[in-house]
Amino acid sequence: MPQGYLPIFLFLIIAMAFPVIAILTAKLVRPSSPSKLKLEAYECGIEAVGNSRGRYAVRFYIISILFVIFDVETVFLFPWAVRFHQLGWFGVIEIAVFLAILIVGYVWVYKKGALEWV
Amino acid sequence: MEFIIITLVKTGLVAFILLTTLAYLQWVERKVIAHVQARVGPYRVGPHGLLQPLADVVKLMTKEDLIPDHVNKVFYVLAPFLAVFLALLSISVIPFGPAVEIFGIKTNLGLADINIGILLILAVSSLGVYGIALAGWASNNKYSLMGGLRSAAQMVSYELPMALAIAAPLILSNSLNLREIVDTQAGNWYGIPNWNIFTGGQIFGFFLFMIAAFAETNRIPFDLPEAENELVAGFHVEYSSMKFAGFFMAEYANMITVCSVATVLFLGGWHSPIPSQAGSGVFAALVHFAAAGMLFFHAMHAARPFDKITFPVFGVVISGIGAIFLAGAFVWPALGAAINGLFWYGAKTFILLFVFIWIRATLPRFRYDQLMRFAWLFMFPAALLNMLITAFFVALKG
Repeated sequence: MPQGYLPIFLFLIIAMAFPVIAILTAKLVRPSSPSKLKLEAYECGIEAVGNSRGRYAVRFYIISILFVIFDVETVFLFPWAVRFHQLGWFGVIEIAVFLAILIVGYVWVYKKGALEWV
Repeated sequence: MEFIIITLVKTGLVAFILLTTLAYLQWVERKVIAHVQARVGPYRVGPHGLLQPLADVVKLMTKEDLIPDHVNKVFYVLAPFLAVFLALLSISVIPFGPAVEIFGIKTNLGLADINIGILLILAVSSLGVYGIALAGWASNNKYSLMGGLRSAAQMVSYELPMALAIAAPLILSNSLNLREIVDTQAGNWYGIPNWNIFTGGQIFGFFLFMIAAFAETNRIPFDLPEAENELVAGFHVEYSSMKFAGFFMAEYANMITVCSVATVLFLGGWHSPIPSQAGSGVFAALVHFAAAGMLFFHAMHAARPFDKITFPVFGVVISGIGAIFLAGAFVWPALGAAINGLFWYGAKTFILLFVFIWIRATLPRFRYDQLMRFAWLFMFPAALLNMLITAFFVALKG
C-alpha cells in the first residue's frame, strides 16, 4: 500500500524545512561581525598547532570493520525473527548453526585482542 | 481525498506537538536536575520558568553564527541539518493509539502505518551517526575530531546489541509493523498485562535495549562524544547559534524516539494495565485531579504573589482535562478509547524520558575503554543469548 508512505513523505518535508527555516530566520535577526580571533580553531585560547587532518588510532578502523561483519548478521536475523512461528524448531536449530559459525569468528576476534581498547 | 485531508491534519498536529515537546523536554530536564541537586532551576521567565524555552529560542536566534575559516564548509553546514531532520523523521511511524472513530471519521492514532515500521526506525537512527561524525570531521578541530570519532565508534558498537534486543520482541509478535506488535500485547494473563516485558519474558531485553538507547542518544553515562572535561564540547565545539541548537534538538528528538520505541516493543504501547476501559479512564482522571489538587494546595502557600493567580489557573485547566477522561469513561466510550490510548502511551514514554533525565543527574561518565569493552564483551553476547532463549521458549510453546 504505497499510500501508507504518504505521511512519511509529508513529515520528511516538514522535518527538512524546519531546520532550513530556523537557520534562515536566524540569519535575518542575528549580528555578524567576524574577526580573525573568532574564526580561529578553538583550543582553549592557545594558538592551534597544525590542523586535525593527521593520523588517529587504528582501533576506530577495526571497530568499524567488526561492525560491518556483525551488522550483516543482525540483518539476517530480522527476516528469520518475523517468520519464526512458521519455522518452529527448525528455525531454532538453523539459527543455532548460523550463530555458532559467527561465534567462532567472535571468539577469534577476542583472542586476537581486537576487542580490548588498550 | 478524505484520506489526504486527514493525513495533512494529523501530520501538522504531530509536528506541532513534537516540536513543543522538544522545547519543553529541555525545561523538564533543567527542572528535574535542579531539584535533584537541591536548586530551583529556571524560575524567572514566566511562572516557574515555563516560558524559558521561548527565551532560549530567542537567545539562540540572535546569537552570532560563526563559520570558522578552517572548516570544510559544505559538510560543516550539512551536519546539523542532517542531525535534526533524521532525528525528527522516525516519529512518523510510531503508533500513538488504537484505531478510533470520532465524528464519523475512522482513523489510526499515529501517522504512517507501514509494514516495515521498525526497520525504518533502525535505518533512520543508524543514519543519524552521519550528523555527528560529519560535524566532528568537518570542524577541523582536534577536540571535534576526537568527539566525532568516539561517537561514530560508540554508536555503531551499541547498534548491534540494540538490533538484537529488538529481534526478541519480533520473535514473539512475528511482525515488523509497529501497530501489529502493539496489538499482540493486548489483554492480560491472570491480571498481569500481556506486555512483552512481563508475559513475553523480555525484562532483560528491555534493559539491554535501554542501555543501548542511552549510548545511541549520547546521553550520560555514555556521553563520551561531548565529554566536557576532556573534549570541551566534543563534536560541536565549533558550532554556534541555531546550528548548535540543531544538535541539541536532535538529541532530544532521539530521546523521544527511543522511548517511544521501547514503549511500543516492550511496554505494550497504548494498552492500559487496567483491563476495563472505564477503569483506566477513571485512573487517568484521578492522576489529573491529583495534579490539580497539588497545584491548588501550593497556591495557598505560594512563594511568590504571582503564583496565587497562575497556579489555580493551571489547576482548573488540568482538572478540565481530568473531567474529559471521566466523560470518556462513562458518557462517550468512543472518545474514551482514543484519549485513554494517548494517555497510556504518553505516560509510559514520559516515565522513560524521566529515567533518562534522572540517570543524567545521578551517574558519572564511563571511561572510553570501559564503554567499548562493555559494548562488545557484555552487551553483544548478552543480547544474542536473550534472543536465543526467547526463540527457544517460543518454539517450546509451539
